[in-house]
Amino acid sequence: MGETVSASEQADAIRVTDLHKSFGNLEVLKGVSLTAHKGDVVAIIGGSGSGKSTFLRCINFLETPSSGEIVVNGEPIAMRQDGTPVDRRQIERVRTRLAMVFQAFNLWTHRTLLENVIEVPVHVLKVPRADAVARARQLLERVGLAEKADTYPSFLSGGQQQRAAIARALAVDPSVMLFDEPTSALDPELVGEVLTVIRDLAAEGRTMLLVTHEMKFAREVATHVVYLFEGRIEEQGPPAELFGNPKSARLKQFLKTVG
Amino acid sequence: MTSLRALFVPHRIVLMGLFIAFVVWCAVSLRWDWIPQYAPLALEGLWRTIWLLVVTCVLGFLLAVPLGLAQAVGPWYLSAPAKVFCTIVRGTPLLLQIWLLYYGLGSLFPQIPWIRASELWPILRQAWPYAVLALTLSYAGYEGEVMRGAFSSVNKGQLEAANAFGMPRFTVFRRIWLPQAIRSVLPTLGGETILQMKATPLVATITVVEIYAVSSRVRADTFVVYEPLLLLALIYMIIAGIITLAFGYIERQVPTR
Repeated sequence: MGETVSASEQADAIRVTDLHKSFGNLEVLKGVSLTAHKGDVVAIIGGSGSGKSTFLRCINFLETPSSGEIVVNGEPIAMRQDGTPVDRRQIERVRTRLAMVFQAFNLWTHRTLLENVIEVPVHVLKVPRADAVARARQLLERVGLAEKADTYPSFLSGGQQQRAAIARALAVDPSVMLFDEPTSALDPELVGEVLTVIRDLAAEGRTMLLVTHEMKFAREVATHVVYLFEGRIEEQGPPAELFGNPKSARLKQFLKTVG
Repeated sequence: MTSLRALFVPHRIVLMGLFIAFVVWCAVSLRWDWIPQYAPLALEGLWRTIWLLVVTCVLGFLLAVPLGLAQAVGPWYLSAPAKVFCTIVRGTPLLLQIWLLYYGLGSLFPQIPWIRASELWPILRQAWPYAVLALTLSYAGYEGEVMRGAFSSVNKGQLEAANAFGMPRFTVFRRIWLPQAIRSVLPTLGGETILQMKATPLVATITVVEIYAVSSRVRADTFVVYEPLLLLALIYMIIAGIITLAFGYIERQVPTR
């Protein structure tokens, strides 16, 4: 295992260069560049309106970037002048490798947890149903929801729904996982169970981009932390350095306010 | 068991008693001797009513899906015609629509030689195709409007999740969007189907012999007025009950949020 990791260390899982994004006249991202190597856990922090969620959503084209370059697993995504993707199929193919976990979980409420987890493998990746079900049961087991497989999402707590959403993301065997504030919609007592699952994923060397407000957690699991301020990277570095010895005045102020 | 006990409270027992008395009175003192003679025709009419209802609801709903989708998210050149269609259908009496199609189209077709010569002519010269067409368009118009609301009300986050996992657009529609839209309109749809059932007697006016037309025939032949109408009301209530039960069953398959 160790050898494969070191052999592929050259390969960047995600490389974003000079990404701009405007909503009308409002420029939300003003040239953000970021590289995530395989096995990196990149935490993206910043105040509200700093563009951190927009940045994450541009990577899988849930938002159309205004300009810039995005390379996923060495494959540049073909974009027109205005940033719209040239080939929808390329986007769809790349998206199957980038599993996203949302703030609002976004489980499909008309399907049970098991059906949620097998949905993409069966209907997009064309995995045989029996294999997908077996794998889904393992994943639900792993996030502690084995006995809830046949329950509909609305009957579960937020923490359980988010863990199921993580199982759904793992089911596509993603090369990069994108977490968009995964604990922000949760009651405080439910945050821990979700963070535990994410911590395990980080420990097994999964490549992850994590937009979060949980500073302690970011410091603990991230290999690299990026602080966004008004659409630009204000400061970045290893967590110990960034949290322990922030250089920028804005970051110091930010860390003071979020505690 | 508690529901059974709730039935046997004094005021309910009295009401049930009154109802049973009414039924017994109807059975004993009204004229039902015409039934054996007209039973075969009534069965035929009943079959025609059910057939009309099922076919027009299914076809109408199949039309309503694109009509709703066009209005909810379509470009203007699709949404505008869809909106015009729904507005016209919902803004004019169904009786008028049936007559316009039957007496309008139906009298236009014989004047066009190639239609008269076509294989379809034996069908087009009958009344039922116009009945089916009118009822289908009517159901499509009302349900198109219902589906517009249903499509727009599906949770955007869930569609976004489907997109984020690389689902092709049609798969998103088929697996996530449409099922959720239909789920949210099932209660409305049940009611609308009952309304559609109650609209079927209108086609008797263009000589389609469904169950209402049979009761009219009985009245005209025998001068028995109330008995066929009472039986007719009972039959419609039973169909409505079956529709309600069927939709209730479907709704229970997937719980709401």
